[in-house]
Amino acid sequence: MKTALIAMSGGVDSSIAAYLTQQAGYSCIGCTMKLYENADANIPRENTCCSLDDIEDARSVAFRLDMPYYVFQMTDLFREKVIRKFCDAYCAGRTPNPCIDCNRYLKFEALLARADALHCDKIVTGHYARIEETDRGYLLKKAADPAKDQSYVLYMLTQAQLARILFPLGGLQKQQVRALAEAQGFVNAHKHDSQDICFVPDGDYARVIETQTGITPEPGDFVDLQGNVIGRHDGLIHYTVGQRRGLGIAIGKPAYVCGLDVPGNRVVIGENADLFRRACIVTGINWISGEPPQEPVRCEAKIRYRHPGQPALLEFTDSDTARLTFDAPQRAITAGQAAVFYDGDTVLGGGEILRTENE
Amino acid sequence: MIYADHAATTAMSRAALEILLRYSGELYGNPSALYTFGQRAKRVLEDARSETAALLHADAKELTFTSGGSESDNQALRSAAAIGAAAGRRHIVSTAFEHHAVLRTLEQLRREGFSVTLLRVPESGIVRAEQVAAAIRGDTYLVSVMFANNEIGTIQPVAEIGAVCRERGVLFHTDAVQAAGHLEIDVKSQNIDLLSLSAHKFHGPKGIGALYARRGIRLTPLICGGAQERGVRAGTENAPAAAAMAAALSECCAQLPQMQEKLTRQRDRLIEGLSAIPGSILNGDRLQRLPSNVNFSFPGIEGETLLLLLDQRGICASSGSACASGSAEPSHVLTAIGRDAETARGSLRLTIGRETTDAEIEALIAAVTECVTALRSLMHDRSDNT
Repeated sequence: MKTALIAMSGGVDSSIAAYLTQQAGYSCIGCTMKLYENADANIPRENTCCSLDDIEDARSVAFRLDMPYYVFQMTDLFREKVIRKFCDAYCAGRTPNPCIDCNRYLKFEALLARADALHCDKIVTGHYARIEETDRGYLLKKAADPAKDQSYVLYMLTQAQLARILFPLGGLQKQQVRALAEAQGFVNAHKHDSQDICFVPDGDYARVIETQTGITPEPGDFVDLQGNVIGRHDGLIHYTVGQRRGLGIAIGKPAYVCGLDVPGNRVVIGENADLFRRACIVTGINWISGEPPQEPVRCEAKIRYRHPGQPALLEFTDSDTARLTFDAPQRAITAGQAAVFYDGDTVLGGGEILRTENE
Repeated sequence: MIYADHAATTAMSRAALEILLRYSGELYGNPSALYTFGQRAKRVLEDARSETAALLHADAKELTFTSGGSESDNQALRSAAAIGAAAGRRHIVSTAFEHHAVLRTLEQLRREGFSVTLLRVPESGIVRAEQVAAAIRGDTYLVSVMFANNEIGTIQPVAEIGAVCRERGVLFHTDAVQAAGHLEIDVKSQNIDLLSLSAHKFHGPKGIGALYARRGIRLTPLICGGAQERGVRAGTENAPAAAAMAAALSECCAQLPQMQEKLTRQRDRLIEGLSAIPGSILNGDRLQRLPSNVNFSFPGIEGETLLLLLDQRGICASSGSACASGSAEPSHVLTAIGRDAETARGSLRLTIGRETTDAEIEALIAAVTECVTALRSLMHDRSDNT
């Protein structure tokens, strides 16, 4: 019998992923990765040592399904590969997506290593995305439910990883998942979807960065596009390109963060119209098929999780770096975020936005 | 299944179980009641107290029943701290590898204004009495050093440390949760003022333990309420569990020499067998350790993964203390004896008991050897590929 290791977060999606994998005839082992201590996320320490409620929810579902269940201690790895990188990126004026690093280093690397040790053929997560096996290898495709599609945060998967992964929810709508959970009587059938970054539950990411790095951000100048000083800011980590709220300055029109000048510790302010750019440089590109194209490629590209995807031309300048030029200017192309390239429903690949480019 | 986690908990002995069931069913009266039926339960409770105290060479009046080791540790430290504070002596000496019941209480006391010195532990896992002597200051009132460590099993020179404390006029508490029923305990000759024990570590029931406090040491209640346990521990007394604990401890003490001999032989065979695994490191002194304890590090291997593989083969083992989530925590004990993070992560604790057979020892050696070898080859495959 084929065996599968199910990554269970305690939420409804991964619980149903576990259920469906079992229904598909796999012998299953459930697990939860303990990623951070409450103290890392500024949650008062009190009596617990981790996000215990979620772990207990996952355990309860695994017990109901009568599958072995383990908690994997991954706090050190998570701190090093996700939280620290998150802090470093903000301190360098970029806006990171830590979920992508978690997928890259934790779920599909460290967890896959555990699966090997436990002799599991597959690992299973509750991601909304689809994997299709073809005679030219595996394809990574958008989920059937466009509102839940998570293919954007999975662009780093390799052919070897895709061969080992199951995404049982890829073909389902979210309502179907909730209905299945209700029918199974799972404790978490009505649990809210997770929204924020898991280790920043209150949304105050700047405070997490200060706690983790011990650095108090240095206040500096707000400047306009001409370089004139127009106010004082609270430290670069509090700002991201495109941000409007919490600036506390008036320029006669709505003011937006248009850029972060790290060496000068300055935040550049402009109008909405100043945020539009057509091109950017993308680095660290993973090409899903394993063979990056030699010729320029037409694609639709997403520059953030909620971006609808827009037509663009992708031109590689070396094996993992490319220039991405949109047909129409895009608002707030932000360094640190991922750019992911699609051909219709199929993910071609993706990488990290290094900087915008003027034409 | 092979059960090799006796330091975590033990199976109840038949005698203890029978007493627990019989008294719970027949003698359910409240020991504090006026009527004769209640007083019969009171008598069971007091007999249990006398029997337990005698096995420690203590007087019955010096023994308080608690819910277990953690409560006993908390109450011992809090009581001694309160007495010391009243005399203006707010310094406490302990060690870096105590059980969390001690360490967390000390952290709390520190926040309340006490000053705490945690002694460094040598690589052998044995704290020296001279270290204790050197750490005692004019304002020291309490020394707390465990009898035997719960992870690496090393036995501390309790009698010597106690003698140092006596000489310097300092109270001496020892967490004897791993020692009671397994090592010779004599609170008088070992100069112990306060001692914690827990029944489920020596084949008694869970949820009961005891705190020995030398006559004259006033305990501070952690739980306020009725006047049970001479006013230092409120709550209806659990006479059936106390009686079962006494029976279990009595049984262990009666078998002590033979059991130590059997366990030592099996432990040494286990250490010999696992030492043959390339790169394996024994944690804690080779000889001065509990007859039941074996603790190895296999550098480069995730201890947690090793435990899962052993679980798949029906072997119950541990890597030390567990977190509330049931995940394996990095061991503060191994860190304390100077193991680097990688070595501390790759640790395995096997603790055997009276039911452990020679065949099980051989099966353990074979299983651990196979699992470590498998994990190592997996790691090599991965580093070859990248």
